Amino acid sequence: MNAAIPFSAQLINLFASVILLLAFAMLAQRRVMALVNLFALQGLTLCLSTLVVAVTTGQTHLYWSAGLTLLLKALLLPWILHRLIRRLQVKWEVESLINIPATMLVGIALVIIAFNVTQPISELSSTISRGTLGIALASVMLAFLMMITRTKAIPQVVGFLAMENGLFLAATSATYGMPMVVELGIALDVLIGVIILGVFFFQIRDQFDSLDIRHMEKLKDN
Amino acid sequence: MDFFVLMLAIPLVSGALLTVFGERAWAPNLNIIASLGTFLAAVGLTVEVVANGPRFAFGEQFFIDSLNVFFVALTAFVGLTTSIFSGPYMANEAAHGRLTKPRLRLYKSMYQLFMFTMLMALTTNNLGILWVAMEAATLTTVLLVSLYRTPASLEAAWKYFILCGVGIAQALFGTILLYFAAERVLGETGNALLWTHLVEVKGQLEPTVMALSFIFLLVGYGTKVGLAPLHNWLPDAHAEGPTPVSAVLSGLLLNVALYAILRCKVLADGAIHSDYAGNLMMGFGLFTLLLAAFFLSRQKDVKRMFAYSSIEHMGLITFAFGMGGAVANFAGLLHMTMHSLTKSAIFFAVGHATQKTGTQMMADIRGLIRINPLIGWGLMLGTLAILGMPPFGVFASEFMILTHAMKHFPWATPILLLALGVAFASIFGKVQPMVFGETEAKRLPHAPAITPVFLHLGIVLMLGLYIPPYLTRWFHEAARMLG
Repeated sequence: MNAAIPFSAQLINLFASVILLLAFAMLAQRRVMALVNLFALQGLTLCLSTLVVAVTTGQTHLYWSAGLTLLLKALLLPWILHRLIRRLQVKWEVESLINIPATMLVGIALVIIAFNVTQPISELSSTISRGTLGIALASVMLAFLMMITRTKAIPQVVGFLAMENGLFLAATSATYGMPMVVELGIALDVLIGVIILGVFFFQIRDQFDSLDIRHMEKLKDN
Repeated sequence: MDFFVLMLAIPLVSGALLTVFGERAWAPNLNIIASLGTFLAAVGLTVEVVANGPRFAFGEQFFIDSLNVFFVALTAFVGLTTSIFSGPYMANEAAHGRLTKPRLRLYKSMYQLFMFTMLMALTTNNLGILWVAMEAATLTTVLLVSLYRTPASLEAAWKYFILCGVGIAQALFGTILLYFAAERVLGETGNALLWTHLVEVKGQLEPTVMALSFIFLLVGYGTKVGLAPLHNWLPDAHAEGPTPVSAVLSGLLLNVALYAILRCKVLADGAIHSDYAGNLMMGFGLFTLLLAAFFLSRQKDVKRMFAYSSIEHMGLITFAFGMGGAVANFAGLLHMTMHSLTKSAIFFAVGHATQKTGTQMMADIRGLIRINPLIGWGLMLGTLAILGMPPFGVFASEFMILTHAMKHFPWATPILLLALGVAFASIFGKVQPMVFGETEAKRLPHAPAITPVFLHLGIVLMLGLYIPPYLTRWFHEAARMLG
């Protein structure tokens, strides 16, 4: 590592790598409660990295985004998910369509692709956290992979939310966050989305007696 | 009061009212009155914009020009006719015991909120808010798709939510990249996502970033348009949801998503200085068109079949806009109008037909012309219109797209003709026995609303024979803006 990189940038890079690491951990996690906890941890890390960017750049609206992230992604959403899991009495095990080592290998390939795609853009970026754009895209793709490979409804939703985390990291790393009104709108959408999904889980379970979405393969173009 | 404020306030307020009072006997009427109010406000706004030119609202947060006011008018109109259609349709569903009162309330309040989110997406000047409104439009319709709570409808709604969620996340990444490119030119003000500011500096936006951004935006919003290969949610959501929802999804939501792509294309074109964005759209459009045409022949469910027909037409429209230029853009806009009107009319007719016969399987629907001549003829004429038979308006727009393709992109012509031919054979072959043929079907407790069907088809027919000059001017203006 070059000693010329300022301390704050190193911190941001550190947090970004922790987020990537957590994305891999989620990909490997077999238990649904632990998965939600990992998601909460990712939200917390995201909040810290936003806070560091806010302190170093003095952008006041980033403090608000950091607070919003903490509230929504580290506390509220995990809490809702925990309650849902308990109320629905979901079984502990998370099943995966592809076995986990193979998923990890695919994940590594995705990270390499993400870094290649964002390479030319990172060079243009003048923000202090420019190195994290590749990591952000990589976490989005890993979350996407998780949604594809998991067969249960709740891990799919956690994947969906983790994808949103990656996007948020992209917003703070490439730029200093989106305009406040947009961020508020996105947060509102995510919150409503989770509430609707909560309603939806109960409907699915009532119909199928399980949250296994492999039951839901009737609609096909035969 | 300002027409624009009224247009957004009416669906929002009535949506809230219907959430509370949706079970009252007058609720269906409120739904129609609110849609009528929205439509009148939209007409007022249109007249104003056509007379005085583009305008802002709420500072610079909303922007209405001849391009989006055209979509606004169309959305409000189809919203009105669909609410008229859904009155007797939903009453019949309730009488058949398929829907309870709380679900009817959910339907009405979500319908109004859906109209609100679409009008918001169309009029906002902020590309970030555009994203937020598009996502909100998905959220309001998810619970409508699963309204019947059958296993199939739940599956459809789940697929709709997840696939569109993934798609829309790609669009958000594209928006972030766009903001990144804009920020370097416009600085860190709240204006860097405002379309009117972006379009002024589009030549200075970084081409590499814009190229990447446009891919994400196209794939993301393209998922909602129904572009292959991310179109899978569309037939399920259309087939399993209540028919009025299919009509607005097909007739309006797909248009709004395509509108989002068009706005972004203008910026990408300005930044990249090549046909990059257009070529991408042409590729996606042709692929979608071809795929949908061949899937059409395999359908057994009538709503599913017309959903695939929507995918096919969206592919054709995307291709038209991809070709670019005044003529192709004009044809694309015209085709969007024709498709919205015709497809929603077809869904109205299909909705009543499936209620009469109690099934969506085409093999079991026979002899509509004997059960109810108006529904039968409505479906037949609608089908002929959507298949591009003259003198209906779809013929005019398809003909323009085809001739323009022949002139500038001759290699695409055989693909277009093949897809349109296959689609014609599949749809006509299936609808013909549904309309003519022997039957035994029952009477419905509530008389169906036939007016919207023939109103739409009448307009499509009129536009096929004669497009009023002010409409032509308006289309030309909008087409010119798209470059």
